[in-house]
Amino acid sequence: MSAPQPAPRPKAPPMELKTIQTPHVPVRYYEGGQGQPLIFLHGAGGLDLDLGFLGALAEKFHVYAPLMPGYGDSEECAELRDILDFTLHTWDVVAELGLKDPILVGFSMGGMIASEMAAVASGDVSRLALIAPAGLWLDDCPIPDIFSLLPYQLPPYLFHDAVAGAKIMSAGGDMSDPKFLQGFLVQAARQLGAAGKIMFPIPDRGLSSRLYRIKAKTILIWGQSDKLIPPVYAQAFQQGIANAELVLIPEAGHVVAFEKPQDVIRAISRLA
Amino acid sequence: MKFTWFNLMPWPYLPADFRQKHRSVWVDIDSKLFDPEKSHELYNTYIDLLEYAGSLGFDGIGVNEHHQNAYGLMPSPNLIAAGLARRTRDVAIVVLGASIALYNPPLRVAEEFAMLDCISGGRLVAGFPVGTSMDTNFCYGQIPALLREKYREANELILRAWHEREPFAFNGRYTKLRHVNLWPRPIQQPHPPIHIPGGGSIETFDFCLDNTYSYSYLSFGGYVRGKQLMQSYWDRVAERNTPDTSPYRAGFAQTICVADTDEEAERLYAKHVSYFYNRCLHVFPGFADAPGYRTIKTIQKGVLSQYAPPKGGLFPELSWKEMVEGGYIIAGSPETVRQRMEEMINGLRVGNVFCLMHIGDMPKEKSMYSTRLFAEKVMPKLRNIFPEHAADNRFWCRPMANRVSAGALPPESDVRAAAGAEA
Repeated sequence: MSAPQPAPRPKAPPMELKTIQTPHVPVRYYEGGQGQPLIFLHGAGGLDLDLGFLGALAEKFHVYAPLMPGYGDSEECAELRDILDFTLHTWDVVAELGLKDPILVGFSMGGMIASEMAAVASGDVSRLALIAPAGLWLDDCPIPDIFSLLPYQLPPYLFHDAVAGAKIMSAGGDMSDPKFLQGFLVQAARQLGAAGKIMFPIPDRGLSSRLYRIKAKTILIWGQSDKLIPPVYAQAFQQGIANAELVLIPEAGHVVAFEKPQDVIRAISRLA
Repeated sequence: MKFTWFNLMPWPYLPADFRQKHRSVWVDIDSKLFDPEKSHELYNTYIDLLEYAGSLGFDGIGVNEHHQNAYGLMPSPNLIAAGLARRTRDVAIVVLGASIALYNPPLRVAEEFAMLDCISGGRLVAGFPVGTSMDTNFCYGQIPALLREKYREANELILRAWHEREPFAFNGRYTKLRHVNLWPRPIQQPHPPIHIPGGGSIETFDFCLDNTYSYSYLSFGGYVRGKQLMQSYWDRVAERNTPDTSPYRAGFAQTICVADTDEEAERLYAKHVSYFYNRCLHVFPGFADAPGYRTIKTIQKGVLSQYAPPKGGLFPELSWKEMVEGGYIIAGSPETVRQRMEEMINGLRVGNVFCLMHIGDMPKEKSMYSTRLFAEKVMPKLRNIFPEHAADNRFWCRPMANRVSAGALPPESDVRAAAGAEA
C-alpha cells in the first residue's frame, strides 16, 4: 500500500511501458534490465512511488512490473472479484510473459497476492520476496483503515519521514481545484476500488490458513518504522512460512523500497 | 400529489460542542453519547408523531434505514413499520427503505415486506436503497466496488420471489438458494410499488426507468441544490424516450417548517434546524464515499460536484437566513411555504414529496404544530398540481378494500359462548 495519488516521477527510469493480452483483459507492465527475471507486484497505491526503485532494481535483474487492472492507464476488469481471481490473473500475466519460476516480489497488497500465488502453486515459486505484505490480521495490532483515510492523513502511515512524505504526496495537485479533484476521485475509484475487492474492509481473505503451502525460499523485508502494517506482522508471516528470513530496515516506513531502495535491493539479491 | 411525513429519528442530545469535540456523527459516533433509557421515551414519541401525521391526511408516513448514525435511530426500519401498520388504518406505510444488499439472504426483505403488506392490508410502499457508503461500506463492511452488483442481484431475487408462483432455484453470485418459495406473499400483486432513493448515479436512473421504479432524491440540501440532480434525471428520462414523464416517477425529500408567520417560524424552529444541519450532519469526509462506491461514469458526469464535501464536513455552518434563502429548508407562514412548495414541486417535477417535519432536537409540540399547519393550510392547496397524472397509480400502494382494525378481539363476555364452550 503506498500513496493513492500520483507523486512526481523520478528522472526517466530505464523501464518501458508495454501491453500484453491475458484471458481477461490487456495488462500494462513496465519492463527493464537484464539478468534473472523478476516480477514486482505493486501495492494499493500503484506504481508511481516505485519507479525509482524499479529502475535501480533493473540494474541487477530483468524486471517486469505489471499494473493490476484499473491501475495507471490500464483497463479495469469487472471479472476480478476475489482473491482467487486476482491470484490466478497474476499467474496468467506470468504465463503470458513467458516466465518460468521468476523471482516473485510483492509489496503490501502485491505481497498479499504474491503470497497467495506461492501458496496455490507452491511448486512454481522457488524464490519469494515479500515487502511489508498485507494479507494477515492481528486483533492486537489492527491495520489502519486506509479506505477512510483522507489524503493528508496518509503520510505518517506510509513514510518514516512524514514531513518529507507529505511534500511528495501534496506535489500531486490541488484538491480545491474541481478538475483535479474529479481526476483524483476517478483514480481513487479505479485503483482503491480494485484494491478494496481484496482488502476492504479488512485485508484478510484467509491467507493465514494457506501460508503453510509456501515452499519458496522467502525473504520478508520490512521498514522498522512501518506504521501501516507494523513489523509485528513480519513475525506472523515468519510463523506461517517454513523457510522465511526477515530483513528489518531501519529508518524506513511502509514505503521502504521508496525510502531505502538499495537496502531492499540488497535483501532481494539474497534470493539470486 | 403524494405527501409522506418522514422522520429520520435523530438523537436530540448531542452536546453543543459536538462539531469541535467529535469527528463524525456517523460510523464512529461516540457510543457514550447514546443513553438507552432516554431512547425509550424518544422512540415512543417519534412513533407517536408518525401516527399523528397519519391521522392528519398525509398520504404516507415514512421510515428509513441507517446504521451507527446519531441522526437516524432506525437500523431496522421494518420494526418501526410493523408498529405503524398495527396502529394506523389508512395511511401508506412508506419504508424507504431496506438496503437490500445488506440482508443475507436478501430474500429476508421480500418476506418482511410481504408481512408488512399483509399486516397493513396492502398499504406498503417499498424502498430499495443501495444505501450510503457510510451505512453499507463502513458500517456493514460491504466491498465498495462490488456493492452495486450485489444490489442488482438482490433486486432480481426479491422480484422473482414476488412474481413466481412455483419454487425455484436461485444461483446468484452472492446468494445461492435451492428452494425459493415465498411465504407469506404480499397483498399487492405482483408486488408493492418500489421507490429507489438515489444520489445521482446514472446507473440508478436507468435502473428505475427499466423497472418502473420511482426515483427519489433524499438529500438534506433542499430543492435549490437538488435541481441539478433532478434535472439530470429528467434529461435521462427524455434521452431514453420513456413512454411518459409522470411526476410520480420522482420523489424528493424536503425539510419543511410551518408557523403562523415567517418570523414565528424562525423564532420557533431556527434552533432545531441549526441543531440538525450543524450537528447531525457533521460527518467525517473520509466516510462519505469509499473508493469504488460510486461508479466512474457517475464521477465523470460531475453530478457530484454540488455535494462534494466542503472543508469542515458535509455541510458548512449555516444561518437560518442562508438555509431559507438557499432552499435547504422551506419555512415560514403557510402562504410562504405554499409558494415555495409549488416552486419546488414544479421545478423538480416531483409527485412524491417526503416531508421532513421533525427536525433535529425539535420538541414534539413544535413538530405537531408545524405538521398540523402544513396538513390543514398548505397540503390541500398543493393537491392538484399534476391533474393530468392523477390516475397514475403505478408508484403508490393499492390497499385492499375491507381492512380490519387492530385490537378487534371480541369482548371477554362473548368469548365463552363464541368459542363453543359449555354454558
